[in-house]
Amino acid sequence: MTAVTVSMTVNGKPVTAAVEARTLLVQLLREKLALTGTHVGCDTSQCGACVVHVDGRSVKSCTLLAVQAEGAQVTTIEGLAKDGKLHPMQEAFRENHGLQCGFCTPGMVMSAVDLVKHNADPSEREVREWLEGNICRCTGYHNIVKAIRAGAAAMKGK
Amino acid sequence: MPDTGIGARVERKEDARFLTGRGTYTDDINRPNQAYAVILRSPHAHAKIKKLDAARAKKAPGVVAVFTGADLAGDKVNGLPCGWLIHSKDGTPMVEPAHPALVTDRVRHVGDQVAVVIAESRAEARDAAELIEVSYEPLPAVVSIADALKPGAPLVWEQAAKNTCYDWEIGDRAVTDAAFAKAAKVAKVDLVNNRLIPNAIEPRAAIGEYEAATGMHTLYTTSQNPHVIRLLMGAFVLGIPEHKLRVVAPDVGGGFGSKIYHYAEEAIVTWAAKKIGRPVKWTAERAESFISDAHGRDHVTHAELALDGNGKFLALKVITKANLGAYLSTFGPCVPTYLYATLLAGNYSTPVIYCSVQALFTNTVPVDAYRGAGRPEATYVVERLVDEAARVSGIDRAEIRRRNYIARDKFPYQTPVALQYDIGDYQTTLDMVLKAGDYAGFEKRRAESKKRGKLRGLGIASYIEACGIAPSAVVGSLGARAGLYESANVRVHPTGSVTVFTGSHSHGQGHETTFAQLVSSTLGIAIDNIDIVHGDTEKIPFGMGTYGSRSLAVGGSAMFNAMQKIIAKGKKIAAHLLEAAEADIEFVNGEFRVAGTDKKKALAEISLAAYVPHNYPAGLEPGLEEQAFYDPLNFTYPAGTYLCEVEIDADTGVLTLESFTAADDFGRIINPMIVEGQVHGGLAQGIGQALLEGCVYDKGGQLLSGSYMDYCMPRAHDLPSFKVDTNSTPCTHNPLGVKGCGEAGAIGAPACVMSAVLDALRPLGVTSLDMPATAERIWRAVQSAKTPKAA
Repeated sequence: MTAVTVSMTVNGKPVTAAVEARTLLVQLLREKLALTGTHVGCDTSQCGACVVHVDGRSVKSCTLLAVQAEGAQVTTIEGLAKDGKLHPMQEAFRENHGLQCGFCTPGMVMSAVDLVKHNADPSEREVREWLEGNICRCTGYHNIVKAIRAGAAAMKGK
Repeated sequence: MPDTGIGARVERKEDARFLTGRGTYTDDINRPNQAYAVILRSPHAHAKIKKLDAARAKKAPGVVAVFTGADLAGDKVNGLPCGWLIHSKDGTPMVEPAHPALVTDRVRHVGDQVAVVIAESRAEARDAAELIEVSYEPLPAVVSIADALKPGAPLVWEQAAKNTCYDWEIGDRAVTDAAFAKAAKVAKVDLVNNRLIPNAIEPRAAIGEYEAATGMHTLYTTSQNPHVIRLLMGAFVLGIPEHKLRVVAPDVGGGFGSKIYHYAEEAIVTWAAKKIGRPVKWTAERAESFISDAHGRDHVTHAELALDGNGKFLALKVITKANLGAYLSTFGPCVPTYLYATLLAGNYSTPVIYCSVQALFTNTVPVDAYRGAGRPEATYVVERLVDEAARVSGIDRAEIRRRNYIARDKFPYQTPVALQYDIGDYQTTLDMVLKAGDYAGFEKRRAESKKRGKLRGLGIASYIEACGIAPSAVVGSLGARAGLYESANVRVHPTGSVTVFTGSHSHGQGHETTFAQLVSSTLGIAIDNIDIVHGDTEKIPFGMGTYGSRSLAVGGSAMFNAMQKIIAKGKKIAAHLLEAAEADIEFVNGEFRVAGTDKKKALAEISLAAYVPHNYPAGLEPGLEEQAFYDPLNFTYPAGTYLCEVEIDADTGVLTLESFTAADDFGRIINPMIVEGQVHGGLAQGIGQALLEGCVYDKGGQLLSGSYMDYCMPRAHDLPSFKVDTNSTPCTHNPLGVKGCGEAGAIGAPACVMSAVLDALRPLGVTSLDMPATAERIWRAVQSAKTPKAA
């Protein structure tokens, strides 16, 4: 297999790694950079446990080759809290019990933060439609929806 | 001190790590020098293996080893054991075929394990697996229950005539038939309980590791019960004694039953790690999960309910065929029997019940317990019959339930199907849900929907479940090959903080918080000074794990009893230090007090004295650490009633779930926030079963619903927000009065949703519909009802 060198910024730090050309972004994050907060729950781009931000947009990192993120700014769940303080969306998930087993949670939170960038005050319906690409098997979504609306309000007040 | 005790909505302790990406799931763990395993799986539902040649694979780049069933057999590795023995009505034991971790001569379902490739990377292992040449001779397969029962059907196992594992019954058929003979009316239903695929979002994973110098094996695995895996794999499969086998189930990303069982991959990586002298890691891809995780449900049932002239239930008769798949999974045989037929009394005082269950082998993935396990199937049968009984007798659906509920003053209530319900109040949860869901206002909403050209339906269903499994002697007499108690070890450290080691396992339930609240209330210390440890056989004395909504009722009771021992010992120490009689010491809010005086010692002072025993009672052991095993006296019986409304576009079959209202009785509640979350999640899975989810095999045994593009998991936009409320009749036989809440939603929701769907469609003449009620199925049912019957 041909190794290629990729460089990008991950959670504010420049990284360079030698990877196989077929390496997915999520594999680079989990296996080379030990950022295991980004999860893999399926192999068909459906579940959304792997959502990260690439240049500010939510992206399924299982569906992007690492080389496609060359030069990009990548933010993972590990990079969301700043100075030891949870991001308002993370805090909202905790306050509203928006997570149970925690496996889909990183993708949910990253997806939710991107939603609020597009829509500062999403309705319940808009939140539910936005989550089309994120599957949770534990919560029935009830508290995730509550958490995202509360997180959106908290982000506005920031 | 803020209220962090029993009854408080405490935010979860575990969330800090999950929200920041710092959880440790099995696939997050990497061991030095680890190699990667990929399993080669059968592409056929049923075939003979004529030849298997791994020579090319062994030479492929990065490959460390390739092992087959012959290698396992050569090392005398046994098959995977089954944990429950059922006897047929004629007294013969069930047919119990071998369940090899890797097959040798024959594959019996798509996904059956054929070989394992171990390589330096996962990609190299996968590449090499494609180079293994297997020559298969395909055999005819049986897939559905109907297939398995056909005269002359191919046999999955030669020793299982008519593909039957067992033919079991409970109750007296002649007495039941006699009761039916006196009935004024009889309600009848024919039902399919659709096969489901559990789909915890974390795929299964396992890492085996072996330390040659000590002979110690370690298995990291996505399990709901690490001690059970240690016992099953150590004692039955690999022959490793417990003291040389450590099983760790770290953070686990959902289970829903599917991570109870001992799976082949756990044994393969544990065995292979010793064989190659390196840690071996295996992680399922989702496509593999679909064909290797145990599936759930899959029943076909005919049932009849006899009524007197007043709509009182006289007798119930249920004939069920259950699909167990190709092999017996760990608890597969008990699900359609003791977890199903024993629940057929439901919430009702039906005096006579008979049920027979024929369990069948098919060329499909093994079937085992999935959230609810037997109880959703029982509830679905009973509640569909009750709705039909309401129809044939012309009685309102809420009223016929009320009329037949076991009365509040009849507890403890002995059902005709073995269980004794300790306590319940079904009338109150019914009243609560009718009010919260505005039952009275439904016809107005139906009329409004009609104006918009839509059909509206209201669904109602009551449920009961038997949780907190179980009194060991009882389940032992019913065929369980294990005890079902739980253990807890409570360690009070010298300066008064507490670590609790529990045999229960949390994979989303929030035990680290709920149990800490229990400790906080019982020992009177701040929740931040309490840690709950679970999931590691090296740390925990013993454990039976988490399933069947048992953690709080059984594990929590063990913890409570261990704390009573701490308090009892603390009183001895306090009596000595305070120069008082032990009988005069009381323990209140974390302090040992001499009753009627202001003399007292805090728990931390007592623990310090216990570990620095300079001034200490003569003859008393130092230290403050106690252990308890709790074997329950009975099952617990959570129960409730659900109400929902659907709206259907008859032209397209498209359905929307407009509202869902739940009223549950879980006994005493420790953390209402967590309990509500458990109900929401259960409801989503139950609604998924009713409307969206269905495992589909083609006639040849290929799984058609084998990805998230084909198996419809509920998405956020498929569901409404839920209204949930609780009533409490505390359990009478455990020290906490708790019952369990994890499965309720999945048990009650399918029947409730289908009640609504049929209510909406009945005006069009649709009288029966199977789950999942997809738009296509609804549309077809409507078309079929419209078509004039041939004369």
